[in-house]
This record gives sequence, C-alpha cells and structure tokens, in this order.
Amino acid sequence: MNIWLIFLLGGLLTFGMRFVFIYLLGRFEIPETMRRALRFVPPAVLTAIVVPELLIQSGQIDVSWMNFRLMAGVVAVLVAWRTKNTLLTILGGMAGLLLLEFIF
Amino acid sequence: MKNSKGSFWAGVRAELPLLIGVVPFGMIYGVLALSAGLAPAPAQLMSSIVFAGSAQFITAQLVRDAVPGLVIVLTIAVVNLRHMLYSASVAPYVRTLPMRWKVMLSYLLTDEAYAVTILNYEKGDNPSGHWFFLGAGLTLWTSWQISTAVGILLGATLPTSWPLDFALPITFIALIMPALKDRPAIAASFSAGVVALLAYGLPYKLGLMLAGVIGIVVGTVLEERTSPGETL
Repeated sequence: MNIWLIFLLGGLLTFGMRFVFIYLLGRFEIPETMRRALRFVPPAVLTAIVVPELLIQSGQIDVSWMNFRLMAGVVAVLVAWRTKNTLLTILGGMAGLLLLEFIF
Repeated sequence: MKNSKGSFWAGVRAELPLLIGVVPFGMIYGVLALSAGLAPAPAQLMSSIVFAGSAQFITAQLVRDAVPGLVIVLTIAVVNLRHMLYSASVAPYVRTLPMRWKVMLSYLLTDEAYAVTILNYEKGDNPSGHWFFLGAGLTLWTSWQISTAVGILLGATLPTSWPLDFALPITFIALIMPALKDRPAIAASFSAGVVALLAYGLPYKLGLMLAGVIGIVVGTVLEERTSPGETL
C-alpha cells in the first residue's frame, strides 16, 4: 500500500474516532466492558511490538548477554522504572547500546 | 462573546506546561521517522494527517519493517481507540456548537488537549469553553508540527552509523512502564509479549495484531475477576 494511502486511512480513522461521539451528541454510551478494555491497549500493543524487536535477532530468539539490544532494553526498563522519565529512558537505552557496541 | 478571547488564551496557557513532554517527543519522532526510511515530506505531513504521537511512532516502525499497509492502518486504529473515550467525554459540552466547530475540535482532540480541556469544562467554563479547547488544541498542534520539523532537520545531520532505529522500541518501553500499575495491566503486557514471540512467524505481521488483542482480552478478563480497586 502506498505510504500516503496509509496516512490518509490512518488519519481518517483517527479523526473518525475523535469525531464519532461528538457527532452523535452523546446519544450513545460506550459499553462498560469496552471502556475498561481500552486501558490495556497501550501495554498490550506496545509490548507486542517491543518484545520481538529485543529478543529476535537475525530471525532467531536470542536470550544471551551478547544480544546487545536485549541488554540495552533491560537498561531502559530499569531507567523507566526508577525515573518515570521518557527522555531519560531513551537516552539511557541508547547510551547502553552504544556503549555495548563500542566495548565489544 | 466577551469571554472568548480570554478563554482562548487561558487554553494556550494551560497547554504550555505539557509542551515540556511534547516537544522532545515530537523531535524524537522527526529523527526516528527519517531513520525508519521515511522521506522528510511524508514524515512531516504524518504529523498533521494522523496527528497522534504514539500512532506515528508505531507507523514509522512498521513502515521500516515493511509491514503490509492494511495491518499498519488497523494498528493505528487500535492504538487510537482511546480517542473515542475522549470524544464521548467532551460531547455533552460541545453539543450546541456549529458543525465546523465540532469538526475542528475533533481534529484537535489529542491526549494532551483533552487533559486540560476536560478539567476546564468540569470547572464550569461552558459558554466560552470551546475557545479554551481551541487555544489548547492549536497550541499543541503548532508545537507538534514545529518540533517534528526540528527533529527532521536534526535527523538529517546525525551520522547514519548510529543505531537510531533502536530509539523506537526504547521509546515504547518508556510509554509501557507507567501503564503497568496493577496485575491486569502487567498480565496484559506479559501475555502480549509472549504471543508476539510465539506468533512472530505469521504472515503479514498478523502476530502483532493477535498479540495485541490477546493482551487486551487477558487484562480485561483478569480485571473483571479481581475485586475492584485491588492493586499490587
């Protein structure tokens, strides 16, 4: 699919979700189950992207000290957990990876 | 009418502190979109066409991984589902506005604009509350576009040997951690991660959608089973 078409459809869907209840004038309520489920969207979807990115290297699951991306990911998790700061987490993870690649 | 200007600027002022988080995020997006292989024009325009931070990061990542367009569009939709909550939440306050206002405010209804706008409405600023909404929304929109542009300019000057693409998963880690507040959320994240690994070989990156959906279901079911308010 063309990149512009992806943006256009993604943008239209996003706008549609922002507009739908404003347009419907609050005549419909979001079902309670769906309201609860939405809270789990970020942890579920983002983890589903991150985990293979860290663990799968060259098409194989690689859980070892020599998997630098996994190690740097662990560093980022620790920084995020201790500081709760987005910028520090990114800088910590990147510094970890650069350092490992520099040393080995 | 006499309050519209004051309300607009109050919205702008209320949004300013949030920019401390938004501006670096926009710049990082600009840098990463380039390193993911997007040309400067699409990278910049995604910030106004899609205009949703985490969805833009994910899109950049999936474009880099050559994921099929339909899966990318579906993922954007799932990640942005929460905006329906915001839409339902502000709907009663904007009910009497003309359609052009409803369309414009819907376009500007991001996490950060919603956060300050709903507080303002709940404080009782209703006759001119939409001007506050507009002020907050436009402030966020403008700073998002500018910070994206700065990131793109910056990204073009950074050495290509840097593993900049790694900043994407790292950014996601920074977004996941604060959401892991209780057992259902941790279980949602954990099960999504396991399924993503097991289903990695599925075609069209469908493993990603499957893992996301299973994680959401696991979290929701667990939450219904545990007594309300129970946390770790």
